[in-house]
Amino acid sequence: MQTITTDNWLLTVGTFLPLVGVLVLIFIPKGEEQLIKTLGIVTAGATLAVGIFTMFRFDFGQAEKLQFFVDVTWIEVIRSNYTIGLDGISLPLYLLSMVITFLVMIYTWDNMPDAGNPKAFYILMLLLQVGMAGTFIAQDLILFFVFFELVLLPMYFMIGVWGGEDRRYASLKFFLYTMFGSALMLVAFLALFFQTGAESFGFAQLIEAGAGIDRNVQIWIFAGMFIGFAVKVPMFPFHTWLPDAHTQAPTQGSVILAAILLKLGTYGFVRIAIPMLPEGAKAWAPVIAILAVIGIIYGALCCLAQTDMKRLIAFSSVAHMGFVMLGIATLTEFGINAALFGMIAHGWITGMLFFVAGAVKHRYHTLEIKRLSGLLTQVPRLGWILGLCAMASLGLPGLAGFWGEFPVILSAYNPGFGLSEPLFRTLMVIAALGTVLAAAYLLWLYQRTAFGEPTEEFAGRTTHAVGAAVAPDHADDHHDAHHDEELRDVTVTEWIAWTPLLIAIVVFGVYPQLMFRVFDPAVTELVARLGESLNP
Amino acid sequence: MLAANFLLLSAVIFCIGVFGVIARRNAVLVLMSIELILAAVMLNLVAFSAVLGTIDGQVFTLFVIGVAAAEVGVGLAMVLMVYRNRRSIALDELSEMKG
Amino acid sequence: MIAADALPTGFFLDYAWLIPLVPAIGFALIIGFGKKLPYRGSEIGIASMAISTVLAVGAVVQWMQRVNTADSGSGSAGGDGGALESVNGFARSVFPSATAGENGEPYVEPVIRTWTWWQNGGLEFGLGQHIDGLAVLMLSLVAFISLLVQIFSLDYVRGDRRYTHFFAALTLFSAGMLVMVLAENMVQIILGWEIMGLCSFMLIGHWWEDTANSKAALKAFFTVRVGDIGLLVGTAIIFFGANQWAIDNLDSHGFSVQAISAWALSGDAGTQVLLWGSVALFIACIGKSGQFPLHTWLPDAMAGPTPVSSLLHSSTMVVAGVFLVARLYPVFWEGLAFGPGGLNLIAIIGAITLVIAALLAFVQDDIKKVLAYSTVSQLGMMMLALGTGAWLPAVFHVFTHAFFKCCLFLCAGSVSHSGSHHSFDMKKDMGGLVKKMPWTAGAWIVATLALTGVFPFAGFFSKDEIIVNVGENGYTTLMWIAYLGAFLTAAYMTRATYLTFFGEPRGAAAGEHHDDVDAHTEEPHDEALVAAGHHLDAQGEPEPGVGHVAAARADDGHDGHGHDDHAHGPHESGKLILVPVVILAFLATVSGFTNAVPFGEDFEILKRYVEPRAAVVDLEDARLAIAGGPGEALQLIAPSAAAVDACGFAAPPDGAVCFFPAVNHAPFKWSKGFLALGIVGAGLLSAWLFCVAFYGRRDRRLVGLTDRFAPARWGYLFLWNKYYLDHLYERVIVRGVAYPIANAAYWVNQHVIDRMVDDSGRGTRQVGEFMYRNIDQRVVDGAVNASGTVASETGHVLQPVQSGKVNQYGALLFGAAAVAGIVLVLINV
Repeated sequence: MQTITTDNWLLTVGTFLPLVGVLVLIFIPKGEEQLIKTLGIVTAGATLAVGIFTMFRFDFGQAEKLQFFVDVTWIEVIRSNYTIGLDGISLPLYLLSMVITFLVMIYTWDNMPDAGNPKAFYILMLLLQVGMAGTFIAQDLILFFVFFELVLLPMYFMIGVWGGEDRRYASLKFFLYTMFGSALMLVAFLALFFQTGAESFGFAQLIEAGAGIDRNVQIWIFAGMFIGFAVKVPMFPFHTWLPDAHTQAPTQGSVILAAILLKLGTYGFVRIAIPMLPEGAKAWAPVIAILAVIGIIYGALCCLAQTDMKRLIAFSSVAHMGFVMLGIATLTEFGINAALFGMIAHGWITGMLFFVAGAVKHRYHTLEIKRLSGLLTQVPRLGWILGLCAMASLGLPGLAGFWGEFPVILSAYNPGFGLSEPLFRTLMVIAALGTVLAAAYLLWLYQRTAFGEPTEEFAGRTTHAVGAAVAPDHADDHHDAHHDEELRDVTVTEWIAWTPLLIAIVVFGVYPQLMFRVFDPAVTELVARLGESLNP
Repeated sequence: MLAANFLLLSAVIFCIGVFGVIARRNAVLVLMSIELILAAVMLNLVAFSAVLGTIDGQVFTLFVIGVAAAEVGVGLAMVLMVYRNRRSIALDELSEMKG
Repeated sequence: MIAADALPTGFFLDYAWLIPLVPAIGFALIIGFGKKLPYRGSEIGIASMAISTVLAVGAVVQWMQRVNTADSGSGSAGGDGGALESVNGFARSVFPSATAGENGEPYVEPVIRTWTWWQNGGLEFGLGQHIDGLAVLMLSLVAFISLLVQIFSLDYVRGDRRYTHFFAALTLFSAGMLVMVLAENMVQIILGWEIMGLCSFMLIGHWWEDTANSKAALKAFFTVRVGDIGLLVGTAIIFFGANQWAIDNLDSHGFSVQAISAWALSGDAGTQVLLWGSVALFIACIGKSGQFPLHTWLPDAMAGPTPVSSLLHSSTMVVAGVFLVARLYPVFWEGLAFGPGGLNLIAIIGAITLVIAALLAFVQDDIKKVLAYSTVSQLGMMMLALGTGAWLPAVFHVFTHAFFKCCLFLCAGSVSHSGSHHSFDMKKDMGGLVKKMPWTAGAWIVATLALTGVFPFAGFFSKDEIIVNVGENGYTTLMWIAYLGAFLTAAYMTRATYLTFFGEPRGAAAGEHHDDVDAHTEEPHDEALVAAGHHLDAQGEPEPGVGHVAAARADDGHDGHGHDDHAHGPHESGKLILVPVVILAFLATVSGFTNAVPFGEDFEILKRYVEPRAAVVDLEDARLAIAGGPGEALQLIAPSAAAVDACGFAAPPDGAVCFFPAVNHAPFKWSKGFLALGIVGAGLLSAWLFCVAFYGRRDRRLVGLTDRFAPARWGYLFLWNKYYLDHLYERVIVRGVAYPIANAAYWVNQHVIDRMVDDSGRGTRQVGEFMYRNIDQRVVDGAVNASGTVASETGHVLQPVQSGKVNQYGALLFGAAAVAGIVLVLINV
């Protein structure tokens, strides 16, 4: 694998900068909430700035190569190196994690979850950011694993401390489930390492050596990785932690979970499982594809049965990640490119949907679809934003969701490397059916919540003048006076936090080339290498 | 021989340190004595390094100086806390650590 | 590159992509700033549509010049060809002497420009324009109709609470259709297609406070979306079928419309691929164009404001399906084997739709629903034409139908706006309006005559051409079905006309108030007059003797939300409403002459300029033309000398491609023309007599027939329930199947999968507890405890040593160290 090492300090700085913020935050007394929030946001902003600078230094002409490459000895005893690098596949995800963290932090300024304690909350978010960014740049299995696991703990606390009523159950389930997957994944990593007899855990080496493993062994190793990543994605039938975690998590947690954490799993497939174990991937691809399509239909059907808005959005993630996995399972450039696009688009759209759900919860103190109606009358802007996101989520062309969905369906017509065409074509039709179901549950949700007149329960509540200054004590007063409180339309903080996402949804939807040209060379290279080992 | 002189000096300092640690009741003095012991060790290190012509001993010494400084810091902080709580730093009065 | 300068393009053709871009930008501007503008955004909408119209008309003119140049070049083949040959040094005849028939006409290369939109797997896919005759025709049609509809809306939805949003959505709607019409590739078609779906959702559900409206919007979007499965799947099939061929032969890719057309006709395409691809794509058209059995959303979509219905049904949205078939005609031609003749899916579905929708129109009381079913029926007619190889008549009918159907809808809007107090119920609130609303009635009657196909109105020519061509191409049965459709059309339109404009005024048309509905009947006279004063163009004073109906019937379930309408009985509408109506009525009269076959070649304008030439084109030229990129793809492509067989009937020879099949054109026959006129006349007359007898005189033999005569009752009920299709979809499929399945899936999720997870967690914990209690505590801990006891005993012995005094510890330490040192020394010595 070719690498470029110019400016290679950038990645390390970008990844670990939040730790500096954590260190500073530790020494600030708990009471200084404003200062803590400011510092948290500044840190995340600085990280994002480094990220954006990285993007400008990134050589898009050679997106297939690992850039900003660093390879230094880390833990010599176990032959693990500190190997990091960024190529076209990881760059967008790396940036996405930074953007989302930054926006979530801004959102938290006004919308601290009920449990309070911004200090701990911001520290956890910064730690989370380190883990997420690290996962996307790691080019060494052990390093990857460390970052991958680093993400777990802050999220566990986020759900467990700041979550809803059933938070303990949800957080424990999330933690144990993912740990279970990780354990198998680690075993698979070690098995891969010992089977190849590689000299280090570096991706490049393992990719070279991995293809040489006996096919049956590959299949077994792939199984371990599959479970580890599939839990994270989550794929049917490993998805049951997701609705609970999402429903119970605070808005911020849901957004990060949906936008980035789920991508760690799919990224793992693209970056590790498939290139390192081509034969295993080929053997598993039909299984993955079938499970993915079951996930699409099944997730959509579960959505139709939901009575809670947030839970519905959570199940829609299962369906959308099904599309992503179907794309990956085709093992073609078309499918993997689309899957990567779908990952990013899902991050924006579902993240945004969770934001909106959080905002609704904040205003109405309920997410029950039955009790909500007439959002467009009472909080019109919020209603419009929900509409835009719903449309994006159901894959309307011109919005980002389409580009993760349509090419995936397309690619399933012609899977790569001699995978069964009749099977994949059947799956294609079923997946296309999934888009109809997506339209059904999203529009149904939209029709029930946004259209119509407000329900009696909330009908009396007046709408706050739009754009009026947000009362500084707003965050505190919403506990007591539920029914006398005025309904605010989208607040300034929310606008700041959401606008970038909304713009991204539209811009990348209208001009997807911005993203595809980053992915495409790297994916083409990846598939070409697959081809070398599968069709020698 | 040159080294012998250094070793002799360091042995003397060491003994003074040990004496201080065992005999004195004042915690601060005990700490100072410990510093003496460390100084003796460092002197040895430097001496051997000079004799053998390698730099390792000196590097080690630098580390030990650093560690010693940290240790004194911690020690003095503890002494201060003890003093605050008990208005005394006599060591034989501090026997809660017995098993 | 041969003859690069041979065909003029000009600004309007090169920049045709501006036509959809202008409304798209207009949409963004309206959303962004519309509310702050003096006319609340409507001016942007109208301005953008006006600009689009101008651009589109410019494109039409330049396209005609381009075709003329090509044809004249063809005429003086020898000289030009020789000159060019010498210039290029190629031993290739540019304009070979024209062979007989259509093969002799030069192929007029579309003006294609693309910009990279996305890439995948190293292939770059574009966003661009594909301007040919069909595109310029539709562009100008869509832009023009949109403009008129928006002008109409100015008055019609004045005072609506979402006035700005209405214009924004309307503008985006037009932009969507325009994008689709000039689409260069399939993905762009999908883009425009879905934008229209979105806008139809927004517009049909415009008054979403009412659940019925939002449900209709949902239904429209959802039904179309069901069809869209076909679009996605069909595009995938075609893409992978055509991609490699397109790369190899045309340096293009499998999305490009041009490449797909050439591939379909090349003979290299697999039959199965073409068959499945075309069937899948046609399923999308069934959904979008309201063909049987997915037509049920169209009448429900009448819940939207009338201008929306008008736009939806005339030139956008529902026509998209027909346009898609027309655009990808080679695919359908080959896939469903139009060439050899014989029944095929499109023709059958078209014929079924034509008849069943027309029958449904008889039992509707809502004037808009009559028109909706009429549209469905006419769309069936277009599909029938396309399915039987009559491409040009179908497109021609799209063209004329847009005018008269738009006109009819706007008339219906005008009637409800000013005549029937926002009611669309013909039986309750209309009748006798011809005296009160002469202009509207006149326009309606003209449009009705055009729709039914009376000479010399537009519908006569287009419908007649369809019927004649269907018969000529060997589909005799279908031809008679089409005649039946014409008869039914004449009959139900007569019924609607009679109920609306003739007979006794009823309900609101008679000036009655809906006192039972109105909450503010007592509102003072002055206020109503003030409200009337807001209407810039309010014509006519309140009719004497007609009471004033209160303003602002915001609760009226149908049209008219938020109108602060001036309250008086039926009267003629304002100028802003009438002008578009009259213009459309005029066009409904004359547009038929654009392709009036009976009057000879000179009148066959559409045939000359719109229909792509079925010429065999040299592959090299085609490749250069398609791959030329922005601004360069402007070559004239000459028909290859090697043309042997007509395109679409035999594969073109090696090194040549076809872009359009050689469709047959039936000559006009007076016999059939008179037959059609006779059938239409019979329909008009019989329906008129029936109406007069049934609605006017309440003839006892007819009234109550459905009660007395069982088959008639069953038939009526069958129609009244819309063939029970809605029941099937809503009750059986959605409620009976989808919901239980969804609930079952969720139940499985919660009680099986999740239960397993929970149980395994619980089980693990139980195992853990068991281990803890029995093994850990008793066995392992037993051992530990035993060892602990030993340790503790020892500890007791040693306890005194632990004095807690640092000095003692130090002494012990150094003592021990000293002892150790001594031992070391001893050992070493």
